[in-house]
Order: sequence, then C-alpha cells, then structure tokens
Amino acid sequence: MLEIKSLHVKLEEEDKQILKGVDLTVETGKVHAIMGPNGSGKSTLSYVLSGREGYEVTEGSAVMEGADLLELETEERAAEGLFLAFQYPVEIPGVSNMTFLRTAVNAQRKARGQEEMSATDFLKEVRAKAKSLKIDAEMLKRPVNMGFSGGEKKRNEILQMAMLEPKMCILDETDSGLDVDAMKLVADGVNALRSEGRSFLVITHYQRLLDHIKPDVVHIMADGRIVKTGGPELALEVEHNGYADILAEMA
Amino acid sequence: MAAQSRKEIMAADRRALAEARLAATPMPAASGWSATPRQEALSRLIDLGLPHRRDEYWKFTDPTTLSQPEPVKAATFDPQETLIFGGVDRLHLTFVDGVFDAEASDSLEGEGLEIARLSEAEAADIHWAQSLYGTLEARGQQPVARPLAALNTALASDGILIRATGKVSKPVHITYLHNAEASDAILHHVVKVEAGAELTLLENGPAAARFNKVLEVDVADTGAFHHIRAQGRDHERRAVSHIFARLGEESTFKSFTLTVNGVLTRNEAVIEFTGDDAVAHIAGACLGDGDFHHDDTVFITHDAVNCESRQVFKKVLRNGAKGVFQGKILVKEGAQKTDGYQISQSLLLDDDSQFLAKPELEIYADDVACSHGSTTGAIDEDALFYFLSRGIPRKEAQSLLVLAFVAEAIEEIENKDLAGELTERLAAWLQRHSG
Repeated sequence: MLEIKSLHVKLEEEDKQILKGVDLTVETGKVHAIMGPNGSGKSTLSYVLSGREGYEVTEGSAVMEGADLLELETEERAAEGLFLAFQYPVEIPGVSNMTFLRTAVNAQRKARGQEEMSATDFLKEVRAKAKSLKIDAEMLKRPVNMGFSGGEKKRNEILQMAMLEPKMCILDETDSGLDVDAMKLVADGVNALRSEGRSFLVITHYQRLLDHIKPDVVHIMADGRIVKTGGPELALEVEHNGYADILAEMA
Repeated sequence: MAAQSRKEIMAADRRALAEARLAATPMPAASGWSATPRQEALSRLIDLGLPHRRDEYWKFTDPTTLSQPEPVKAATFDPQETLIFGGVDRLHLTFVDGVFDAEASDSLEGEGLEIARLSEAEAADIHWAQSLYGTLEARGQQPVARPLAALNTALASDGILIRATGKVSKPVHITYLHNAEASDAILHHVVKVEAGAELTLLENGPAAARFNKVLEVDVADTGAFHHIRAQGRDHERRAVSHIFARLGEESTFKSFTLTVNGVLTRNEAVIEFTGDDAVAHIAGACLGDGDFHHDDTVFITHDAVNCESRQVFKKVLRNGAKGVFQGKILVKEGAQKTDGYQISQSLLLDDDSQFLAKPELEIYADDVACSHGSTTGAIDEDALFYFLSRGIPRKEAQSLLVLAFVAEAIEEIENKDLAGELTERLAAWLQRHSG
C-alpha cells in the first residue's frame, strides 16, 4: 500500500533536517504503529506524506499503490485515498461541519470520476455514521470543530475518515488529549474501518491506544529514522522500559 | 489684499466643484411641500461645497468622480447575473437609470403600507414625508459634513416614500436597472415606520453609471426596519449612498449590504438613537477584485439610554482592490448603559490589495460597554491545508474560507432565506472570479 524509501526532509525555512532516511513499507490491510519520543519526526512524516507546505524533500520517495505521493498536490493525495487524522484539528468558524464533509466527499468522488452524492443519501449516511461514533446530529450543523472538546474533535476526524473511506489512513497522535472513554470510542471507530483493502499508520506516544487498536507491526522512530521494527510486543517493551534502552541499543 | 489661507482656498475649491456640478444637473421644478427642504439643502450644499481628497473623511477615497459635473461611462449589464430576491414574495418596484418604471413595477399598494413616488407626491401641499424629507439628512450633517447627501436632497429626480403602519408581511423590493452608459441617477427615498409597525426593504441593482442615493428612515417607538441590499452588477459604476436613520424607543433598525464589483462605492450610514432601549445593527460584506474601491463610513450617535449598536464589516480584497472603513460610535452624555460594538475586518488574498480602517469611539457617559476592533489578514494556511487534506481543491477551499470569513456579517440578517440567497450569490461570484 505505502512504500517509503530513504526519505530525507528538511524544514524549508530553517534549513534543519528532520527526516534522515525513513524506510517504511505498510502492506495492504495492515495496521502499522510508529512510536517514538518527542521530536523524532513522527508528525513531520505524516505532514510530508499528506503534502503540507514548509517541508522540502531532499532525497527519497513515497509511493502509495503506484502513485508517487511527492509528485501530487495535497488534494490529489487525498483523492488517491490518503487520509490524515490531525493531532490538533483546526477550528473553522463560518463553515458548517456538514457543508465541509459534503464538499470533501463530493470533491473526492468527482476527482475519481464518480457521481456526486445526493443531499439525501449524504444526510442518511452521515447521520448513521455519526450515531455510531456517538456524535450528536446537532454537532454536524455547527462550524467545523468550533467549540468541540478534544474528544469531539477526534471523533469528528474519525467521522471524516468513515465518510471519505480512504485506503491509507494516518492517525497523528490521535490519543493526545483523550480520556480513556473517548480513546475507546475513537479506537472502536478505527477498528470498525479496518478492512483487507485499507491500511493504517498509527502514530502514537504511548502504548495505551494500541491496547485498543491492535497493530500488526510496531516501529520505533528516533532522530528522523525508523530505528527498530517489531511486533506488538515492541510497544509493550516501550511501555515498560521507555525508549532509553532501545535508543542505547541503537547508539 | 492679504493672501488667501489654505482653508479659504479649499473652501473656494469646494464651492467651485458644487457650482460646476449644479450647472450640469437639471434642477427639479420645485413646488408643493418639497420646495422648502430642497431649497434648504441647496443652501447647505453651497455653504459646504463638494468634497475633495483633502477632506478628513475623504482622504482614503477620492470623491472626484462622484463630484465632477459629468458622470463617467459604465457598461450596462452583466447577463451572467440573475436578479437577486426574485423568488421572494414581495412588492416589487423598478427604477431604470433613476426613473421609476411603473410598468415594470407592482401597484403601489400593500397591506399596512402607504407608498408613493416622490416625483408625484411632492406636488401636493401636504404629505406625511414632509416632516422627514431632508430633515434627517440635515441632522446628519453634524459633526461631519456630507455635502453629497445635501446635493441629493436638493436635486433628487425621484424616489419612493414608504410609510408602514402595521407589520408588513411582504418586503418592499426596489430593483435598479441601468440602460444608459453615462447615466447619472439621484434618488431620494423616505421610510417612516410607525409605532409597532415592521417593514423589510430590499434593494439591488447598479442603478446608473453614477448613482447618488439617500435613504431617510424614521423608526418610531417599538417599530422595526430591516434593510438588505445587494449591489454589484456593473463593474464600472460609481455610487455613493447615505442612510440616515432616527430610532425611537424600543425600536429596531437592521441594515446589511453586500457589494461585489464596482470601481467606486461609498456607503455612509448615519444612525441616531433618540429613544431608549433601541437596537441598531449595521453590517456589510464586500468582495473586490482589481480596481475595486469600497468605502464604508458609519456614524452612530447614542443619545438615549440602554441602546445597542453593532457594526460588522467584512471585506475580501484581491488583485489590487482597496477597502476602506471609517466608523465612529459617539456616546453622548447621559446615554448610559450603551452597548456599542464595532468590528471591521479584511481578508487580503494577495499582497497588492489594501485595507484602510479608521475606527473611532467618542464617549461622554461613564456606564457603557463599547468595543471596537479592526484586523487585516490572509487566508489561514492551517485551515486551507485542512481542507486540501480532505481532497477539496484549492480554489474551492479558498472560496469556502472566504464565505466563512464573511459569514459573521451575513449572520446579522435575521431572515435566513434572504441570508442564504446572498450567500449563494457570493458563492457564484467566487466561482466566476476564482483564479
């Protein structure tokens, strides 16, 4: 599904190297987790994959199902099936959640040559999906993320994911700011979307999200590289011993 | 002879401008009740002269093309734009190049309404509009002179006189059309909302190559007046409009203006609270491209207790477009518990555009809550990236963010259907002008 090779990235303005050769392959239908200490480059990786401005790729490649992501605009990557659930979803006054979602769904359908979804079908689907994520229908009428709690914002991200049905989902520290109940709800939403044709890259600081979203593969990232890869037990090891041992081992 | 001072030279220049303008404009035959207010306005105009760039309240907007004797030419119609408010059940009135078109208008009758054409009604000896025509304009000349309004009162060729005596269910809708390239329309409307009555006035259309309009509104105790206008078919037009409003006790006045296109638009609003517990909201949104110049100038005078005024103005500018906001809240001594709010914001879509703002508060009462703010910014890059990351194309994302920016002003409109229609109009404009 996603193949990243020797990805080197620096900040455009500061001439500071953030990613120093990331190699990562996420197979179709698999859930990969990336853990790592602050400043290791996890969020940068998610931004670069989704095409955020401000980063310069100096070396390497990122290919999703044959599409060279680095050659595509952000919206084209989304239309190809890439989705990024933000760590801090932005608040946008003046645009209702419903309008935003419908515009996004239809923009992607249009980009793929599909017919736009009718207002009725959209409403039916969004209501059903919101209900399963315990999102109040009234919240859909409110401006995007405005006045939402941390948990509501994250559930809203998962609702978008559910509506857009992407192939490759990146969750950028989705657990931050969530209490146990909210985390369970978000994880349930993600688990419901797991399928043979869909892959996940779950970026997290802690093991606790991975208690609910069982990963197939766990990577440890440090100083702009993947320094260790293993099974779910690797996350448990981090939980017990922290990153120090692993980093020392790599040094 | 002593050399003339700079002030004297400016005053002479202003008067020369006024005389040239008067010489080029036909003077309506004045008889009946309007003769006196017209004559008084003419005297005011001659005293004041016409404005020029060196005047304090014209330093951001060059009034030359509004003051000069001849109007400049303007293209007449953009066929891509259909009539706004066309789907509303309303009483529809039409002016073509500043002349009332009876055939294209509904009959001047409506429940709870008394309507007449100025040009027909003014021949009578007495009329209800007599106590208002030119009166609010004359009051509004302080503390800032508004000679283009005085010119209007003196020379207006036509207008509508509307008196609401009850809750009027159908809005009165005035459409202005523009057929002659070098047309110069001067219209003066008077609205009187009686105690407990309610009226909605809709206006749209470009009116003329050059348009000078005055709307005088008197809202009596507990009356309510809602005003929504959309201007912006012809790009080359020049327009100056004044709203003078006087508000009685527990009355409501709400006015919203949407402007797209227009080489020069100056909208002035002069609102005066004379009765306690009244509310006035005045709002505007504009989208400008290229040589667009849009100026909102607002003066609100609180001279009563416990009144609320809100000013919400949003401007979206690009490709060198220029926006101006001048707004003042004056709270007179004794106008306690005044709640005054003023916000003017611009969204500059590129580095060539410009927004000039002069917000002012002048307060002589000690128990008031007044605030004002003005901001200028670009599209929020985080918000744009969020939209793009969901697959929304850049132009569409920008349009959505622009609509979001102006939404706060549009929300000032109470009637959600009309607000929706204006939003659709804006979206269509953005689609046509994207890129």
